[in-house]
Amino acid sequence: MTYRSPYPARGHPITVDNNHFFFQHYGLSDRDLERYLAAALSAGGDYADLYFEYLSSTSLSVDESMVKSASQGISAGCGIRVISGERTGYAYTDDLSSSRILHAARTAALIAKGPAKTPTAGFRQKAARSLYPVALPSVDAEITAKVELVMRADTAARGYDPRIKEVRAGYADELRTILVVGSDGTFAEDSQPLARMNVSCIAKTETNSARGSAGGGGRVALDFFFGEKTPEYFAKEAARQSILQLDAREAPAGDMEVVLGPGWPGVLIHEAVGHGLEADFNRKQTSAFAGLIGKKVASEKCTVVDNGVMPWRRGSINVDDEGHATQETVLIEKGILKGYLSDKLSARLMGMADTGNGRRESYEHIPMPRMTNTYLLAGEDEPEDIIRSVKRGIYAVNFGGGQVDITNGKFVFSASEAYMIEDGHVTAPIRGATLIGNGPDALTRVSMVGNDLKLDEGIGTCGKDGQAVPVGVGMPTTKLDRLTVGGTAKREAGGFMQ
Amino acid sequence: MSSIQIENKSAETETDLKELAQDIVQRAMQGGATAAECVIREGDEFSTLVRLGEVETLKESGSKSIGVRIFHGQRAASTHSSDFTRAGLDRMLSSALELAKITSEDPFSGIPEPSQLGSISGDLDLYSADVYSLPGEERISYARRAEKAALESDPRIKNSEGGSFDAATGHKILANSHGFVGEYRRSYCSVAAIPIAQDEKGGMQRDYWFSVARSLNRLESPEQVGKVAAQRTIRRLGARKVKTQQVPIIFDPLVANSILGHIFEGVNGDSVYRGASFLAGKLGEKIAAPQVTVIDDGTMVGGFGTSPFDGEGIPTRRTVVIENGVLTSYVLNTYTAKKLGFQTTANASRGLAGTPGIGPGNYFLQPGTKTPQQIIGNVKEGLYVTEFLGMGVNLVTGDYSRGASGLWISGGELSYPVEEITVAGNLKDMFLNISEIANDLEFRGSVASPTIRIDGLTVGGE
Repeated sequence: MTYRSPYPARGHPITVDNNHFFFQHYGLSDRDLERYLAAALSAGGDYADLYFEYLSSTSLSVDESMVKSASQGISAGCGIRVISGERTGYAYTDDLSSSRILHAARTAALIAKGPAKTPTAGFRQKAARSLYPVALPSVDAEITAKVELVMRADTAARGYDPRIKEVRAGYADELRTILVVGSDGTFAEDSQPLARMNVSCIAKTETNSARGSAGGGGRVALDFFFGEKTPEYFAKEAARQSILQLDAREAPAGDMEVVLGPGWPGVLIHEAVGHGLEADFNRKQTSAFAGLIGKKVASEKCTVVDNGVMPWRRGSINVDDEGHATQETVLIEKGILKGYLSDKLSARLMGMADTGNGRRESYEHIPMPRMTNTYLLAGEDEPEDIIRSVKRGIYAVNFGGGQVDITNGKFVFSASEAYMIEDGHVTAPIRGATLIGNGPDALTRVSMVGNDLKLDEGIGTCGKDGQAVPVGVGMPTTKLDRLTVGGTAKREAGGFMQ
Repeated sequence: MSSIQIENKSAETETDLKELAQDIVQRAMQGGATAAECVIREGDEFSTLVRLGEVETLKESGSKSIGVRIFHGQRAASTHSSDFTRAGLDRMLSSALELAKITSEDPFSGIPEPSQLGSISGDLDLYSADVYSLPGEERISYARRAEKAALESDPRIKNSEGGSFDAATGHKILANSHGFVGEYRRSYCSVAAIPIAQDEKGGMQRDYWFSVARSLNRLESPEQVGKVAAQRTIRRLGARKVKTQQVPIIFDPLVANSILGHIFEGVNGDSVYRGASFLAGKLGEKIAAPQVTVIDDGTMVGGFGTSPFDGEGIPTRRTVVIENGVLTSYVLNTYTAKKLGFQTTANASRGLAGTPGIGPGNYFLQPGTKTPQQIIGNVKEGLYVTEFLGMGVNLVTGDYSRGASGLWISGGELSYPVEEITVAGNLKDMFLNISEIANDLEFRGSVASPTIRIDGLTVGGE
């Protein structure tokens, strides 16, 4: 690697002991697992795996200064996959009794046609990282502490400005315990905590209304919200955005220079290049990036990585949902496309290494290549110089989300907080607008990259084929020489703003 | 491939689940709840994807889960579980009772009044066992035929994300402490194709088409689906950007659908009582063009949005939301109706967890008389939108800005494909500026719109 990771790992233990959760709670044994895998391969096939999941979750919210709802839930199940060539058979059960798992295994087995295969004898549990070693998972923490968090957020947001009229604050956490075993001897366990807070506000005047929202979290314990990122921090940020938007003017329309602020605007990286570099689309040649490895797809100022091993991050995981260790993968290095994000199936079929990006929403879902934390590395420009270089354009610092059409490469992301840049100065706030571009060439227009890399606060969820997984995004202040801004501003003397 | 045996849910299981729901409610009341509601959902799903003629995935499973919502005076809490063992259910109940101690007294909380509860009668034709009647090979063949029809309809269709066939059945049981207990089953099947076309310069485009029905009998032929998917894909080849300008825009039914959805979100009682919608407080006012009449009807026989009762056990009904451009009703559940001082419109939607939300029945824009071709024919220069990208919609302000692609209209005809553009305006003006509504209303889901024309929007491009 030709760069240093901007996030040095903290001192944390190298291995983690998950105490064989499913052995203890469901009486599973190695023998059972071997039996299930044998049933899965009873009609042949190249590979089979079992994914056991136990998910416990809590959520509560404050609305009109009342904790109107609180809920807790538990779901457990096992998904069984059989791969035969390019085919995948899948079945799951939410009943972890032997008979139900065997039934599901035999159902998944029907994808293959041939003599039974025998799984590799003996499981090998590899030493795993421990990227989120929480002493007490937040899901097991006192509920009263969580109530305090949302109430404090409500108070802080309302106290920010008398024009803040509506506040909703939510807190949600979960603990996902997984066990993945494969017919190749794979045996991996993990306990994945996840927590987040969200605050949304509506500011009102006699003539105007505007909304603002903020939130954050990660694979952290509850103390994160009492120390590093407090409810007041998120509440003030949401309130600030809604007050700001009260005076926003119409956004311009058309192609122009765009400066993206650090952090959450990294959703650009996620949409413009991240999805297009997931191996499944490239194996099937359905991505606009297919066949571009080794080619220039971005300006030489751009190096993009996907990093699943950042401590405490929302997008991080010790092992992926196929039991493979996660890693840091360089996708684009100085503008040159270097690699794809792969899972087991695509790695095997494409003859490439497994990057540990096989993820799934739950035991009900087939794993596929997914991002973890994806970001553009810092460059050398000073953020102020970047703003100063723009004659007329927009400066977008917060985004709602984005979407991409993998095949033609067109992507959008919607700014929720943005400003005009006029003669090198950030001026008036503008109303929300969608930005649209073309993935394979958007990053070729990156002319300046700031030295201020930041990751988002930890609220991102990525959807693909109906499956949602938590992810992170990030970028430093970045200038694109041209991007289309979807505003409504009417004609100004002789033409649209340009 | 052998066919897969689906376990038949016997009538006995059915009774068991109804009894279980009632039992949970009873136990919640014995545990100190002042009101309780239990929901059980079970379902089976099958899906297969065939790509380039070969089976790529085959998925089959069933699941069952239970949720309870309890009240302790005016305090509410809910829990859910997939663990149906005695210990699992006990834990679910005791957690809910514990949780209700920490929530706030909300004077508007509670389950509906006994007099409001019930089910609409008659056969709603929501369930047909035939969605599972096909043997395994036949199901795969549906998916394969759809893809094949797409691949064979034009030499420029060179790749594919596949053809698919899906089937699912669901069973929902609801019981509450006012003695309501109800259940219904629904089935669904669909066939789809997602072809990819490539032009001589290597540019690729993808589009799709699908058919969905409650019964296999009513599904369009896979060949028809594949053919339409191919046409939709081919017409996107060679798409270009256009200049930034204001032109009339025609929205095809699938995209018009989403605009209609914004009206639903905007008149949703939850957004209304907190003033989170620009349509809050506009009851009785003109919010759309005079030819706009929007209806939500949860009672249509065989409809995708039909059910005998809503998520709180209230019989579904027909609600005129907008009549000739005037907002005549919000869409409400019990809570938001109480907050706003109205009767519920039976639009409560209920997952396993949390408080009921608000969802549509069969929600649609009443069709006009012109054909889509006539409407396009009246436009000299304009845009025909067939796909949106992104979610740039702000219901508080009405600000609207989305990525789009489609076809350029020149001299009343679809001339060339366009992409990488935005469509922006404000929903307040957009609803008022719906100048044409076509006659092509067709339900492919619970929300449906005919083709519509809206004037005054900005197209963002070069």
